[in-house]
Amino acid sequence: MRPAEDTAADTAAAGAGQAVSTTRAGASDERAARARPPVLVAGLVVTIALLALVAMASVALGARSVSFSTVIDAFLAPNGSNDHTVIRELRVPRTLLGLGVGATLGLAGALMQSLTRNPLADPGLLGVNEGAALGVTLALGVFGLSDPTVYIWFAFGGAALASAIVYALASANRSGSSPVRLALAGVAFGMVCTAVASAILRMDSQTFDRMRFWLAGSLAGQTADTLVRLAPFMVAGLVLGLMLARPLNTLALGDDAGKALGVAVNRTRILTGVAVTLLCGAATAAAGPLWFVGLIVPHAVRALVGPDQRWVLPYSALAAPVLLLGADVAGRLIARPGEVQVGIVWAIVGAPIFILLARRKRVAAL
Amino acid sequence: MRDAPAGGSLNVRLGPWSVRLAPRALLVSLLLLLAGLLVTVAALSTGEFTVPVPDIIGALFGQGTPVAELIVGKLRAPRVVTGLLVGAAFGMGGAIFQSLTRNPLGSPDFIGFTAGASTGGIIAVVAGGSALTIAGGALAGCVVTAVLVYALAYRGGVQGYRLVLVGIGANALLLAVNSYILTRANINDAATAGAWLTGSLSGRGWEHARPVALALLVLLPLCAYISRPMRMIEMGDDAAKAMGVRVEAVRAAAIAAGVLLTGVATAAAGPVIFVAMAAPQLARRLTRSPGVTLASSALMGAVLLTAADLAAQRLLAPTQLPVGVLTAAIGGTYLVLLLRKDRH
Amino acid sequence: MASLETSGSRLTGTGLTLAYDQRVVATGLSVAIPDESFTVIIGPNACGKSTLLRALARMLKPKAGAVHLDGSVITSLPSKEVARRLGLLPQSSIVPDGITVADLVARGRYPHQKLMRQWSKADEAAVDEAMRATDVTELADRIVDELSGGQRQRVWLAMALAQETPILLLDEPTTFLDISHQIEVLDLCAELHEAGRTMVAVLHDLNQACRYATHLIVMKAGRILAEGDPTEIVTPELVREVFDLRCEIIQDPQSGTPLIVPEARRRVPATAAF
Repeated sequence: MRPAEDTAADTAAAGAGQAVSTTRAGASDERAARARPPVLVAGLVVTIALLALVAMASVALGARSVSFSTVIDAFLAPNGSNDHTVIRELRVPRTLLGLGVGATLGLAGALMQSLTRNPLADPGLLGVNEGAALGVTLALGVFGLSDPTVYIWFAFGGAALASAIVYALASANRSGSSPVRLALAGVAFGMVCTAVASAILRMDSQTFDRMRFWLAGSLAGQTADTLVRLAPFMVAGLVLGLMLARPLNTLALGDDAGKALGVAVNRTRILTGVAVTLLCGAATAAAGPLWFVGLIVPHAVRALVGPDQRWVLPYSALAAPVLLLGADVAGRLIARPGEVQVGIVWAIVGAPIFILLARRKRVAAL
Repeated sequence: MRDAPAGGSLNVRLGPWSVRLAPRALLVSLLLLLAGLLVTVAALSTGEFTVPVPDIIGALFGQGTPVAELIVGKLRAPRVVTGLLVGAAFGMGGAIFQSLTRNPLGSPDFIGFTAGASTGGIIAVVAGGSALTIAGGALAGCVVTAVLVYALAYRGGVQGYRLVLVGIGANALLLAVNSYILTRANINDAATAGAWLTGSLSGRGWEHARPVALALLVLLPLCAYISRPMRMIEMGDDAAKAMGVRVEAVRAAAIAAGVLLTGVATAAAGPVIFVAMAAPQLARRLTRSPGVTLASSALMGAVLLTAADLAAQRLLAPTQLPVGVLTAAIGGTYLVLLLRKDRH
Repeated sequence: MASLETSGSRLTGTGLTLAYDQRVVATGLSVAIPDESFTVIIGPNACGKSTLLRALARMLKPKAGAVHLDGSVITSLPSKEVARRLGLLPQSSIVPDGITVADLVARGRYPHQKLMRQWSKADEAAVDEAMRATDVTELADRIVDELSGGQRQRVWLAMALAQETPILLLDEPTTFLDISHQIEVLDLCAELHEAGRTMVAVLHDLNQACRYATHLIVMKAGRILAEGDPTEIVTPELVREVFDLRCEIIQDPQSGTPLIVPEARRRVPATAAF
């Protein structure tokens, strides 16, 4: 794409190269979106159908084998049997949680990648989820606050603080922030948060036992009550995030171009930050710090629908829960009668994909 | 003769030989040595059973009371020496990777090498291995991870940024594998492995110190030899090549040295994170030298780790904190410091 | 065969195929840098000029063909040995955090040093001379990060000079500099050339190339279209073929070298003229 002589200067010219590629991406935006709306709408319908399919699988499949007719009966004619209780009390909330967490993280990742113009941005990788997790650990382990509507504010605080610190860390250098620097700063800060959280948990063996699965990232073990309490925050974050597609599209051309085209740059940044905080905080409070969901899904989505955020954001929010629930179901099936936490499944599947992305010259050198 | 620039150099010439020294770095190194000595004396002397400073020497050389000999010679001395050596190895390993990645956060803690050592270590724990097996597992885990990361990052050479990104991916993968092992293991093994994962110097004997000492002895000359070409590579691959540096060979040697240092250190004390990140930069700030310097980073690592271990033992005595908790606190503080200091 | 061609050229490339990864930039490229010339390589973007320079400086290994230095294949010589004969100022280098000008220039002595010979009198003399020639002696104690772009480029040049190589390759040494600093750097290169060094530079500006080059290499799409003294080879036809630009060529009133004046689409109305 770029002239041969630039290859040598890859790393140094990172900023310039990025500006070039985003400009090109921005220019094709409108055309791509206008040319193919019917296809894109059809794609959305397919994604929703897939989502329904995975959700059904998530209700029907698990460590405990339940026949399909029993599943149907559990909804139509609940009789209080063990199987029906498992489905109604455990699997349905878990599935709904997976939908919520997947949608929030998928959208959060897409928003972060768009705002930072960084293809490697991910709520887990950049330490935002770990910051939220530290907040939750503090609330539960130190202050003994077990009401989700209370401790979620600790999650928001942790997420917001983490975003601010990581961003400052990455740009606290004369050469400015680059994807690699941002990723390293996020990983470093995330590991500090995780170390402090583990230290807190280790001092109190009871809390440790309760939270160690959550800390690995898990959809299990949350009650329907918790879900109901966390849902409003997730919905608020989703709505706010989806509304930002248009200004983010324009900002993709660069801050100055965005300003010239009449976008309130600072307001858009702050609102995106608020949305990301809401989404990551709520998702982490519910399912622990998850990695890579927000990284890989928006990448796949962009490859399919192009760079227009008006499509990328909703697609990411719908496609992520398909994959998250899929991973969760897989985690339940591969280690029967035990299960592998969805966070572990995602990291083990997601890390190789991340490495592949990183090996691609254009992404890595951006 | 031109005046030596500020913080400049001290040139020592003898016939055909000449050495260039930075006075400030020398001074800082001497002070760090002194600080290390003070921490060592404090660690040997204080605790539940106080050994007066003058008696320490006697106790070390078999001239003291039997109790003092047992406590100083058998319990405290190996622990302090292990701490000094492990700290030095982490500090130098961290300096190597920060130089290679040209990033103050490019420490082995974040690019998979420490995590790989952890994986090897806890697999050995769960398999019921002895202390020696666990150490071997950690070293093997670190080396295997390094080989894989290097191979995956290789595309006609290993550029610093690709090493970082592939390493970050490996780090995430291995951390997940570690939690998987912890959740699948029986509760006793999980507790042992969890404790090992925090990193600790408690109960370390001479058998832990010896391999680290050997590794340092072998790798120090190599590091001294490659430190100058590494400094050239910090200016960019082309600039270094133009100066006659064999970039890929130096880089491969540096990675090997850094991995071995990190591996043996983790094998001895568990994955004590953040020493490798903080030591080189703290040393650099004190010496005001451009880029990281290996010697002062090693000294700083030794002082940091032993001081943190001393604090972990004495702060909440009689409760003994694992040293990893203290170094995590240091890591957090250091990140905040990094935020402030780089902004000038 | 190489030895025949090298009679007047210490540095030659024969039958070079140059590629990044799988993308081939040039095939069958042969070039000889005349000794004690100021050679300038020029051409439109992506014509392979920097690639050729990087190959000559052994930064890029040719897929086929070979670069010879003093009759030996350059990659067969010890790297430090090459670095004592041939220097390169790369397009982008990284300034180590907090390094002073004097320290950075001193790093140019690397190929002359050993573990036990880190700072000889010759090293000191070369660094002093390089800083004097580039006029950065007063900046010796300053931190390189804090300098202006033009000053920084002079410092990098000083580092390459401290290397004391008879051949010096420069990859777009004037990029990112404003016009006065461009001229300053090029004048300095011309002085170095007059002092007996062989200089090879990749430049963007055709007029600057014509003014400073004693030997011009004109490239397009990985091929050398013309080569020689700029006054002899630069014609409107050549410029049109290479840059797709219609122009008139006049004599530079200052230097007497060819000056390219692009064809104007509009003229200033007669009444508005002086």
